[in-house]
Amino acid sequence: MSNVFIAFQTNEESRCIIDAIIQDNPNATINEQPAMIKIDVPDSLTIKRSTVEEKMGRAFDLQELQIHLITISGHLDESDEEFTLSWKQ
Amino acid sequence: MQIDLRTVSIKPLRYTFDHIAKRIGADKPASRYLEGTMDIQAVTNFHYRPLWDPKHTIFDTSRTAIKMKDWYALKDPRQFYYGTYTMARARMQEAADSNFDFVEDRGLADKFPAAAAKLALEVLLPLRHLEWGGNMNNMYICAYGYGTAITQPCNYQAMDHLGMAQYITRLGLVLGKDDSLQIAKSAWLDGAMWQELRHYIEDTFVMKDWFELFVANNLVLDGLLYPLVYQHIDKVLDDLGGPAVSLMTQFQSEWFVESVKWVDACIKVSVAESDENKAQLSAWAKAWRDRAIKTLLPLAKHALGTDAESIMESVVGEFNSRAAKLGLVL
Repeated sequence: MSNVFIAFQTNEESRCIIDAIIQDNPNATINEQPAMIKIDVPDSLTIKRSTVEEKMGRAFDLQELQIHLITISGHLDESDEEFTLSWKQ
Repeated sequence: MQIDLRTVSIKPLRYTFDHIAKRIGADKPASRYLEGTMDIQAVTNFHYRPLWDPKHTIFDTSRTAIKMKDWYALKDPRQFYYGTYTMARARMQEAADSNFDFVEDRGLADKFPAAAAKLALEVLLPLRHLEWGGNMNNMYICAYGYGTAITQPCNYQAMDHLGMAQYITRLGLVLGKDDSLQIAKSAWLDGAMWQELRHYIEDTFVMKDWFELFVANNLVLDGLLYPLVYQHIDKVLDDLGGPAVSLMTQFQSEWFVESVKWVDACIKVSVAESDENKAQLSAWAKAWRDRAIKTLLPLAKHALGTDAESIMESVVGEFNSRAAKLGLVL
C-alpha cells in the first residue's frame, strides 16, 4: 500500500483546508515543517469542497487551493465537489 | 573556509495566546477569527458602575433574559473579523458597482417602463429608512450585548444595513428624478402602506432587551422582508420591465443569503443551551413574526396585487420551517 501526499504552505487559508482533510481522511498523517505542511494518506486522499467551506465559513472553489499548493503525488481526479489523489488508474 | 548549510526546524514554544489555547488546546495554531474574537471583551476590574445605569456593570449579562454559560459559544460561521469582513464586502461591492455601471452605461434605467419604475420607486425607496433602522438596532446590540462573539458581527451587520440604505438611495437616483428621495420620505412618514412597518421598527428602537431586538430585527423582520422584497417583488419588477432593478439590488439578495447563516447559527446555539432560552426565544419569535406579517401585508398587496396573500403565505411558510430547524417552537 503506497501513500499519496499533498503539501501546502502554512497560512490562514490552508489551515482550513488541512482541517477539512483531517476530518475527511481519518488515516492522514500530518507532517509539520517550517512554513510547510505535508499530509500523507495511504491509498487515497480526498478534499471535499463542502467540508472546506464549512471550515472557512465562505464559498470555496476547489481550484483556489492551487494558490497554497506546493506539491502532490498520486493520480489526480478533480471535480467541482471533490479533489481526489489516489494510485488507482 | 567551509560553510555547511543545514535546515534547522524550530518548534514554536506556543502556537497561540493562552486564553485561546484554553479553549482549543495548546497543540495547534488558532485561526485569526478566534484570536480576534474569543475573550476580547474586558470582564474584570470595573470599579465603578456607569452613572447612566447603576443597576448594571458596563458589560453585563443581565441586560437580556437569555442566559448562556459561555457567551462565546455564539460564534460567527462566516468567521468575520475586520480583515475578512472588509474583504468579503469589497468583493460584493465591486460586483454591485459594476452592475450599477452596466445599468447606467446601457441606459437600462431610461428604457425601464414607466409603470415598473413607479412601482420600484414606491416599494423600494422608502426601505432606505428601514435599513437605517436596522443599522441603529444592530449598533444597539453591539453596544449593550455581551461578548465579542456576538457584538462584533452585529457591528458588521449594522454597517451592512447602512451600505444597503445607500444602494437603495443610488437606485432611486438612477431610476427616478431628483425629488424621488423626498417623495419616498413622505411616503415613509405618511403613506398608509408604510405606517405599520414604521411602527414596528420604531418600537424596536426603544426595546431594552438586546437579544429580543436581535430576534425582532435580524431573525424575524429581515427573514420575512428580504425574501418578500428581493425575491418575490423583484420577480414582479423583472416581469414588468426586465432585470435592471434586479441588477441594482443584487447586493441585498446576496447579503441576505449570507447573513442568514450567521443569524441561524446564533439562534440555534442559544436555543440548544437550555429549555428556558428555547421558550423565551420561541415566544419572542412568535410574537414578532405575527406582528411582522401584518406590517408587511400592505406592502405585499400593493406590489403583488391578488397574489399577495398566497405569496405571503409561502414566505411565512419558509420562515416557519427555517425556525423549526433552529429548534424554535412557533
